[in-house]
Amino acid sequence: MSRTTLDLWVGFFVAIGLAALLFLALKVGNLTTSSSGETYAIQAKFDNIGGLKPRAAIKSAGVVVGRVSDIRFDAKDYMAVVTMQVDGRFQFPKDTFATINTSGLLGEQYIGFEVGGDTEMLKPGGVIKKTQSAVVLEKLISQFMYSKAADDTEKK
Amino acid sequence: MSNAISRAFISLGNKVTSRIWRLGFASRFFLAIFLSSGTAFRRIHLTIREIYFTGVLSLIIILVSGLFVGMVLGLQGYDTLQRYGSSEALGVLVSLSLVRELGPVVSALLFASRAGSAITAEIGLMKATEQLSAMEMMAVDPIARVVAPRFWGGVVAMPLLAALFSAMGIFGGYLVGVQLIGVDEGSFWSQMQASVDFREDIMNGVIKSFVFGVIVSWVAVFEGYDADPTAEGVSGATTRTVVTSSLAILAADFVLTAFRFRGA
Repeated sequence: MSRTTLDLWVGFFVAIGLAALLFLALKVGNLTTSSSGETYAIQAKFDNIGGLKPRAAIKSAGVVVGRVSDIRFDAKDYMAVVTMQVDGRFQFPKDTFATINTSGLLGEQYIGFEVGGDTEMLKPGGVIKKTQSAVVLEKLISQFMYSKAADDTEKK
Repeated sequence: MSNAISRAFISLGNKVTSRIWRLGFASRFFLAIFLSSGTAFRRIHLTIREIYFTGVLSLIIILVSGLFVGMVLGLQGYDTLQRYGSSEALGVLVSLSLVRELGPVVSALLFASRAGSAITAEIGLMKATEQLSAMEMMAVDPIARVVAPRFWGGVVAMPLLAALFSAMGIFGGYLVGVQLIGVDEGSFWSQMQASVDFREDIMNGVIKSFVFGVIVSWVAVFEGYDADPTAEGVSGATTRTVVTSSLAILAADFVLTAFRFRGA
């Protein structure tokens, strides 16, 4: 085999290898959507974050507007401090209400923003005051059971 | 009696020291490859020739096994997922298992048995027929001329082969899941894109396959260079290449995966 055909084959091999990597990056991964544009950080404190994880989505009206970047525990008031990176194109009012929701019954947890009516906007590094913790399914069930039991005793 | 016991101890100690000896020699050999790889890059056609033999000639086996692994994943994954009513997550299952684990590991195992054994046999036979000694006589460094190009060829080819394996596997999963079974095409791709992260998953797979490429190439060239210069020695070295590099791949895979989940 002469050297030129060999080079051709190796070039072909390297090209399709890189094409496979590109396919993985663009079609399989989310390289196109995740790292676009600037973001700014805001924080929120929750009583209970349930199963929220770093890189969880932040959604407003169902559209992803950012990602959770860091979750810490505040030993002073025993609350979870969640740092979020929000897309720089979007501004949210100061009285935005942050709730931890679950997509579907067993799905991933995400933070939902319910927008308030304040004219002032949250600044980079700002803190969301109004939050609602994650719904813990066991607590809901036990509450339901207790109230059911209470109803039954009242009837008797 | 006491003679037999002392002989058993001597042979045990001998085995341990000879293993450690080989490990030390292998490490020094690894360093020597790096020190004399200048030739492999200056005379790049030597390395390109090796990329042809290790990479291009492994294409068929990698692509076909990737396709079948992906198709099996599609069938098995669908069977389990549809019990929980979440067959749309098939794309996630296929792509994550391929990109994170199966792509790098299975293609490295195939690479070890397809290309690594060939490298060992070639270098071992060169040694047995005294071609390596002849090069030394002509003041040609056999490590620079023979070993380093083979090493770098394997290191370059391995990540590309693993990426091709994963891409082909995802295509196989798509064929079975979407075309054959009829999972919704839109949710197959969009759920996949939502949960596969470029840095966390894809780059992790690329790093893994690069490490596996270094391991397989190193073991292959070392076993060939260290082989006894007989027909029996070369065949033993070829077997050892496949066994050692397969075990090393699986162990390294565990370590790299543990790093990933600790970092997250």
